[in-house]
Amino acid sequence: MRLNNRIAYAFLAPYLLIFATFWLWPIISSFLISFQNTRVNPWRFAPSMNWGRLVGDPAFYNALYNTLIILVIQVPVMIALATVMAVFLNSPLLKARPLYRFAFFAPVVVGEVAYAAVFRLMFSADFGIINKIIGTVGLSPVSWFDNGTAAMALVIMAVTWRWAGYNAIIILAGLQSIPGDVYEAATLDRVGKVQQFFHITLPLLKPIILFCIVLSVIGTMQLFAEPFLITNRGGPGGATETLGLLLYRQGFTSLNFGYASAIAYTIAALAVAISLLNLFFGREAK
Amino acid sequence: MISKSRSLLMRRLALHAALTPLAIIWLFPLWMMFVFSTMSDYGIFSPDIVLVPSTKFIENFLNLQADTDFLRAMFISITVAVIYTILSVMLTSMAGWALARYRFAGRSVVIAIILGTITLPFAVVVIPQFIMVAREFKLANTWVALIVPPLFNSLGVLFMRQAFSMMPSELFDAARVEGVKEWRIFLHIALPLARPTMAALSIILFLASWNNYLWPLLINSKPGMMTAPVALGTLIGLTKVSWGGIMAGAVLLTAPILFVFIFLQRHFISGITAGAVK
Repeated sequence: MRLNNRIAYAFLAPYLLIFATFWLWPIISSFLISFQNTRVNPWRFAPSMNWGRLVGDPAFYNALYNTLIILVIQVPVMIALATVMAVFLNSPLLKARPLYRFAFFAPVVVGEVAYAAVFRLMFSADFGIINKIIGTVGLSPVSWFDNGTAAMALVIMAVTWRWAGYNAIIILAGLQSIPGDVYEAATLDRVGKVQQFFHITLPLLKPIILFCIVLSVIGTMQLFAEPFLITNRGGPGGATETLGLLLYRQGFTSLNFGYASAIAYTIAALAVAISLLNLFFGREAK
Repeated sequence: MISKSRSLLMRRLALHAALTPLAIIWLFPLWMMFVFSTMSDYGIFSPDIVLVPSTKFIENFLNLQADTDFLRAMFISITVAVIYTILSVMLTSMAGWALARYRFAGRSVVIAIILGTITLPFAVVVIPQFIMVAREFKLANTWVALIVPPLFNSLGVLFMRQAFSMMPSELFDAARVEGVKEWRIFLHIALPLARPTMAALSIILFLASWNNYLWPLLINSKPGMMTAPVALGTLIGLTKVSWGGIMAGAVLLTAPILFVFIFLQRHFISGITAGAVK
């Protein structure tokens, strides 16, 4: 490596310029805005206004509760499913592997709006294909958009469909980096396949799975498009309103930038805190 | 011997019996997207279960085009994704090159910043970014607003840096002895060697731009300057709207990417795993 400040920074300059303008300054600015009253012109310094409101706002607690429910149910289910997909896709016994890979990986490239539209139509209460199929086995139709619990389940299913394959790709890459002779030795010692999975595969995959969990936590904390488009702006009656959606409504519907910035910082702080907690416990359990 | 091969056969059967229903469930929404896009609204809302495509795709597309100028939106999306991908690959390879190949003051700070922002949610910068671009720069509903702010991309820099640092330094030292300038070494020796990495990165960046929803929704909400996902999103939830049309739009957004995905799966996958497996 060569010591050269001038040339190094010449190469870095355009990138750092974008970073300073569109990330560094906004991060600082967001913090400052959260301490201002943005409902008057010009904005005034009012340190406790937004943060004070946040602490007592039932809409905030509702969004926080919904977000955490999604986090606690969706992330473990999805990661478990992704691990199963990856392990099965990695099996030498599998035929027609490209077909299965396509089925699980294809949702990764599908945009939020396109898949939200399909899910909305498929789960429509009166003429959605899901309720029609449920009807053929004699069950009564579910009002996916009018029942809070069903709406929440729908958001969780949609996000899981969209992201399980993404995580399976990452976990599969981790599986393929485990040397085969580990398993050969275990097989010679007459260790069963299931036991091999729990005692060899899972421990070796742990760092990768933790990485997937951290990515999913960050994604879930700012979940926006699914409750916005599929369950119609967090409906019914706020039952699927997430922190990401609350941020959007406060910032861009009510144009209350100060309060929205306080929410934004809360989202970031929670994402970082939960990620660190995961990493901490992940290491501990080793 | 016979019992062993039979248990192997049983295991193989069990594996497929478990995986096939899951694969069908996973393909179902994509298949239905395609089926719906070929059905009339009357057919979509009939009480029958229809699982095979019909013939109304063109009619649906014309309905969509009547609801919103989708062709214009597609043109904007494609143009933005192409320009964004080119600019972003340029910026991230230059930055990756600097971090891989030079020692300089503040190097560890720059690396720490890039790693730090990977885990930072976009939510934390979206409000001030919007205020700055829309209110201070007065750039709402412009091409620049769609392309420039998302250019900051930490994963791309790390991806390119890894590619450059794996190249043998003799390659570049030989050129330096000859008196070749640094930017020429980068442009004519390093970049051509990094082509596979740049290809993978381009695919990921193009996809990110093509599917980007929140930022374009906020900054370019004027009809005529909307991207295709934003234009389609405005129709979801309207009462008097052609659902067959929306599905035709969804197919137009998805099919080209899916088609590319089938042929370039390897690049997609190496782009996705770049951040995870070191």
